[in-house]
Amino acid sequence: MADIHPLTRRLLWLFFAVVSIALYLPMLVTALASLSRSRFFIFPVSRYSWKWYEDTLASQQIEQAAITSLIVAVMVALISVVLAFFGALAFARYDWKGRKSFQYLVLLPIFFPQAVLGLAVQLWLNTIGVEMSWHSTVFGQLVWIAPIATLVVAIQVFGYEPAFEDAARDLGATRWQAMRDITLPLLWPGIFSGFLFALLLSWSNFPFAYYTSGADVTIPEWLHAKMIGGYTPMVPAVGTLSIIAGAAVLVGGFSIAAFVKAILARKAARQRPA
Amino acid sequence: MTDRSLEPTMVGAPAYQGEYQGKSRDEASRKSAGLVAERLKRFSGGAGMWSAVPLGLLLLAGFFGPLLLVVLYSFMPRGSFSPIGWPTLENYRDIVEQNFYISFGWSLAMAVVATILLLLIAYPLAVTMVRLAGKRADIYTILIAAPLFVAENIRLQGWSLFFDKAGLLDGASESLFGAGTGSLVGNVPIVVFGLVYVYLPFMLFPLILGLTNVAPDAREAASDLGATRFQIFRDIELPLASPGILIGTLLCFVLALGAVSEAKFLGKGVVIPVVQDIDSAFTFGQNWPRGSALSVLLILIAAAAIVVVMRRVDIDRMFTRR
Repeated sequence: MADIHPLTRRLLWLFFAVVSIALYLPMLVTALASLSRSRFFIFPVSRYSWKWYEDTLASQQIEQAAITSLIVAVMVALISVVLAFFGALAFARYDWKGRKSFQYLVLLPIFFPQAVLGLAVQLWLNTIGVEMSWHSTVFGQLVWIAPIATLVVAIQVFGYEPAFEDAARDLGATRWQAMRDITLPLLWPGIFSGFLFALLLSWSNFPFAYYTSGADVTIPEWLHAKMIGGYTPMVPAVGTLSIIAGAAVLVGGFSIAAFVKAILARKAARQRPA
Repeated sequence: MTDRSLEPTMVGAPAYQGEYQGKSRDEASRKSAGLVAERLKRFSGGAGMWSAVPLGLLLLAGFFGPLLLVVLYSFMPRGSFSPIGWPTLENYRDIVEQNFYISFGWSLAMAVVATILLLLIAYPLAVTMVRLAGKRADIYTILIAAPLFVAENIRLQGWSLFFDKAGLLDGASESLFGAGTGSLVGNVPIVVFGLVYVYLPFMLFPLILGLTNVAPDAREAASDLGATRFQIFRDIELPLASPGILIGTLLCFVLALGAVSEAKFLGKGVVIPVVQDIDSAFTFGQNWPRGSALSVLLILIAAAAIVVVMRRVDIDRMFTRR
């Protein structure tokens, strides 16, 4: 009997449910704390209010931090996805001499404590005399995020059939045509996931922003400063808003992907001769 | 590699010219066109290498450069702000003499315990995802990955509000049972809990990758041949899933070793992890060489773990779909 016993099945599902709830519990507590009127979080909450959200939306400091975070995230995602596309081809598609070493090279930064890497990048930029601002944060985050995006795209590349590309080339397509008409459309889901991953990882990244942003402040940095400097209920309010923004991107992104997939499937069905 | 392969044609070029001097121009130009095509072919044959260049350059400038600099700084005299000078070992001596190894010990111990707990917790979850979830596995994957996109600070602060005095747990048990739990933060176990919480997806996803490597047929065959459940687990499942298990273990160990926020927000300063020592050496201490020396030791431990594990793992086989 290789199958799982029904009782074990139930226990496994129960355990899975408990862990899933635990994963989201701190976020729910954060949301609850943001709605509590009092200066300090006390449960059960005696009075609820939107006050801390109103304060948050009125704060120019937070607005600036949100803008900085957004710009950094978009820049990191755009650059990552380009690097990741070519990186993934080298990682998984082409058979070349240095490939094994390249694979380890790409994995290394991911297997590295971010805080140490962030400090090292700070030291490096300081020594070569780069002024720290959100520009250097983009650079710092890329070191960690671009390899992750590469892995995400590489998973798609591993499942991709290079023979299609070779066939196109044999039929007279140029390298560029084969890339545009065959490789890119086939790898598109992976590229899109890589972009989303990079965007969201940058949005929530603290260590690199902390060490490399100079005077510029991102949302995770603002939160950290307030958590260390003294709790205010604006911390959970900003945290909740940041979670909602991330969730919206995630849900929106996957809906777009599902929508495009559905349209393409319908198109393909229509084109097929009856 | 490409340089070397181009070398003969470069060296050979003048010789060709001499050889074809007497022949018609047409023929010579056709010959040289052939040479160009040959070179182009070599160029495109290196498509893999060329695709690796952009990311490779980024890692050179943003990973290896900084790490090399940290190593250089670690041998500079105390408090120096330049990587160029007479090398010394005094920073490493300071680490031993000034009890900096205590934070190392704590970080190592907590990372080991957290990694073991993560293996025990993530394994059944991975089994559920791979063998029970079926078509809905994608949705569950997103469900578990999504918290990764929320800043660690926010999530740990959330747990702190949950476990702290007058927090959710304390308040709820007070009003339900008349007796609160008091403050549960500010101790070592809660820091380990934080590590387990934050790094769970980093253990779970490699385990899932590993377990998808276990073909149901293999399990079936073993069972037909009379293997018990435990034998199937020990002799079929574990060995086949081992690349994923190794990667997950490595990833979690290294990341937990370099973790700092858990001790800050849940431990409330009851333990000082090594990265916090590194951070203070760089910031308050203004002693870059000391911070660098501590970083180098941390990097060496991480690198040793990475080398040991990665030599046993074939990345291509891990990612290829079956």
